[in-house]
Amino acid sequence: MDLHLIPGAEPSAEERAAVDAAVGPPASAWETGERRPDAEGHVAFGGHALRARRHLLLPALWAVQSRVGFITPGALNYVCRRLDVAPADAYGVATFYAMLSVKPQPTTIVHVCDDLACRLAGAPALLDAMRGERGAESVRSSPCLGLCERAPAVLFQCAGEGAKDYVVAPAARTAADEPKPPPPPPPPISSGTRPIEGVGTSIAARLGQGSPSAPQTEDGRRETLRLLARVGRVDPESLDDYRAHGGYRALPKAIAMGPEAIVREAIASKLQGRGGAAFPAGRKWEAVARQPARPHYLVCNADESEPGTFKDRVLMEEDPFALVEAMTIVAFATGCEHGFVYVRGEYPLAEARVRAAIAGARKAGLLGPNVLGSGFAFDIEVRRGAGAYICGEETALFNSIEGYRGEPRNKPPFPVEKGLFGKPTVINNVETLVNVLLVVEMGGDAFAAIGTGASTGPKLFCVSGNVERPGVYEVPFGPTLREVIGLAGGVPGGRAVRAVLLGGAAGSFVGPGELDVPLTFEGTRAIGAALGSGVVMVFDDRADLRDAVRRIAAFFRDESCGQCVPCRVGTERQEELVARLDAGRPLRSTAEEDALLDEIARAMRDASICGLGQTASGAIQSAIRRLGVFSA
Amino acid sequence: MSTARRLDATRPVTLSIDGASVTVPAGSTILEACRSRGIDTPTLCFLENLAPVNVCRVCVVELEGARVLVPACSRPVEADMKIRTDSERVRLSRRMVLEFLASSVDLSLASDDVRRWMERYGADPSRYGPPAPPRAANERDNAGPGHHHAASAGAAANVVQPVKVDNDLYVRDYARCILCYKCVQACGVEAQNTFAIAIAGRGFDARVSTEFATPLPESACVYCGNCIGVCPTGALMFKSEHDLRGAGKWDESRQTVTDTICPYCGVGCTLELRVQDNAIVRVTSPLDHDVTSGHLCIKGRFGWQFVQNRPEE
Ligand code: SF4
Ligand code: SF4
Ligand code: FES
Repeated sequence: MDLHLIPGAEPSAEERAAVDAAVGPPASAWETGERRPDAEGHVAFGGHALRARRHLLLPALWAVQSRVGFITPGALNYVCRRLDVAPADAYGVATFYAMLSVKPQPTTIVHVCDDLACRLAGAPALLDAMRGERGAESVRSSPCLGLCERAPAVLFQCAGEGAKDYVVAPAARTAADEPKPPPPPPPPISSGTRPIEGVGTSIAARLGQGSPSAPQTEDGRRETLRLLARVGRVDPESLDDYRAHGGYRALPKAIAMGPEAIVREAIASKLQGRGGAAFPAGRKWEAVARQPARPHYLVCNADESEPGTFKDRVLMEEDPFALVEAMTIVAFATGCEHGFVYVRGEYPLAEARVRAAIAGARKAGLLGPNVLGSGFAFDIEVRRGAGAYICGEETALFNSIEGYRGEPRNKPPFPVEKGLFGKPTVINNVETLVNVLLVVEMGGDAFAAIGTGASTGPKLFCVSGNVERPGVYEVPFGPTLREVIGLAGGVPGGRAVRAVLLGGAAGSFVGPGELDVPLTFEGTRAIGAALGSGVVMVFDDRADLRDAVRRIAAFFRDESCGQCVPCRVGTERQEELVARLDAGRPLRSTAEEDALLDEIARAMRDASICGLGQTASGAIQSAIRRLGVFSA
Repeated sequence: MSTARRLDATRPVTLSIDGASVTVPAGSTILEACRSRGIDTPTLCFLENLAPVNVCRVCVVELEGARVLVPACSRPVEADMKIRTDSERVRLSRRMVLEFLASSVDLSLASDDVRRWMERYGADPSRYGPPAPPRAANERDNAGPGHHHAASAGAAANVVQPVKVDNDLYVRDYARCILCYKCVQACGVEAQNTFAIAIAGRGFDARVSTEFATPLPESACVYCGNCIGVCPTGALMFKSEHDLRGAGKWDESRQTVTDTICPYCGVGCTLELRVQDNAIVRVTSPLDHDVTSGHLCIKGRFGWQFVQNRPEE
């Protein structure tokens, strides 16, 4: 391919420096560097070796975005030369992600979450207030920022030298109907000093007192907690403190056990994936371990974007070494030398903490060419997403890491066979991975004894919406929905529950008559719902469910990758249909609209490529059918 | 082509399609198996000379034991698969895909097959309400990912927009684009390796675009016209044809097609010259041609003005 660049568009010095920092300095004149006549002669450097670095495309685009605030033609040219990617191709990638811009925009963009939980906490009014104060140019509405326990939430995306993104949540501390614009930015997170929490309390000040994101850790009964045991108690930036709280006990034990034994214990534990698909984790690891093709990759899916989900964020922010240790064990068990953590772009603090933990572990010989002197080599790279829910779909995530648009792949082949870079790949989310520490420490059988038999181990639920104390709650599998809501203090003011959204936008609503469903894989399945990612979002009898349904319809329209027809057009038609129902202006009759929605839903479920399209109607249909949202 | 598949005739695979037993070489797709039985299977994004991208989903079939329908165009056959090509689920999904496209894209220049399939499956694109008004030029090109105006209760969104005419050789009428990805494939890894166009944007706002939606003459386009050759809906069209159609003079009944060999170089590409009123109006090459696989370069595709350089009559 001859690279045809955008005529006359030169990168600025800042842009070059930013890109070079992300992808390394140019190796030859071919890549815009110094010409080295001795080494280069008349030979062009490039070809496969250069194109093999395409996976640096997203980091390079991020570097430009964070430095100058948008991707200029000159910067795009430079990125393309450095990675041998055609400008149209790179432009296609850049325009896929909501946090990247190809048009000039202010250097600070305020993303105001106006998704489900934040709407209940006054997000629309907050959005208006922010627009009034800062100008519409600088303020965007955002899909769920994963801060539902501190709604309403705001993410500041900042560009400039040394600028860092940060969140403010809750952005309004007063009653929901009179939100205040967020306070001026706190000092940016900088390395060396302790990161500042969005709520304004430093980690040091509240260590030992638990975490406001996980209310159970704040009261005295933490002995019951396993996944959250260290949360709010351990210094997330200190390896020593992690060790002092039981960290890095599982890894030496795992290495002594050997890979086969770890997989055996994982299978015995009956641990199932916590991201929504509930696939047996041990089986997945076994399948990858057995693949003859090399290398094997381990990917941690930390693109936690399901509206209402924030448990992985809390684990990464508060106990990041646990993720690093868990990944090391799974990599050892499955023969992976290289791991990736793909963190959603909206989680700057989680990303910073995981990066720091990886660096700390590497320095201590817990990652690297010879982990704990065992001869096992493993290292982890962090990749930052850039605002695309679909990248939580595992094959879309692979494409995103590889430097392509985050479009899901058709399956089969499945990741265990052909995953990242076409190689056998283990992909699990944060919560699933962290469970392996327990499996190794207590043994598979003991782990399987926790829970109900069909759903084993501890489980994190993200309880949000109209509850007294929203947050991440840990229970051994088994309690009912009512009990979990009770853990969070029930509905404020003793009001009645009107509906609960289980599993997020891709899940479904259940009504007040279904509060006694056990929150297990089998229990939710029995009532035609699903556990999904552990979302329990409560709507009381004052909540505007029509508004929630419209938001969900808009969400899928926004987040469809656009690749396949059923989802690309189906999510649009579904949103239009919901708008008609909401406006009380059905085409023909309400009954016919209902039948049409059913056909749209069936086509999306049956013919879409991936889970996004396949689940895009579930919550909406459940709201209409179970709750009669548009009937009254 | 980068993705040539290998069929292995020494390893026959037997499966069942609509109750009948079918045997095809290993490596065949379900689509090939269906076609070997003469089952008319609709396809839009599939083309024999490109790797299947399986995005339009009009070819879906029901595979026993699978949770969802599977795309026939890309799914390789396996022994003892049980396939149904005309079940209620299959018919519904095919009808909906055709309705979704016909209600959002101008399909008036798509092949007669499309009309036949729409009839067969009873597609009624009008049931989504009146179409939304056309978009301004470049409006869709500027749509950012993840942000859209809330859907209107009154009108069905679509991709209607002005034609892009920015060079003398071909036009891009994206009001007709079904986003089948074929032009992107042909411009990229599958044929031309130029990568002048890519899919940009996301969701309903996804579109085929050059970098920054720059006009073709400033882009990397080399005018091989291979994208035109694969476009199934007339979205990419010779300027000569576009002008004749615009003037109301395009008339297929007055056209002939003549096969010849390109005179320019030693490769020897076969050209099919479509001629109306003694003037060449479009040039293609047969998809199954073993030299071209349907692909040409700018000279064969567009370099024929000299043969009709006649003195003014
Ligand atoms: S179902 Fe939606 S998100 Fe998934 S591949 Fe298709 S268009 Fe993309
Ligand atoms: S322009 Fe034609 S070939 Fe290209 S994606 Fe659209 S319909 Fe397909
Ligand atoms: S022809 Fe199979 S998905 Fe388009």
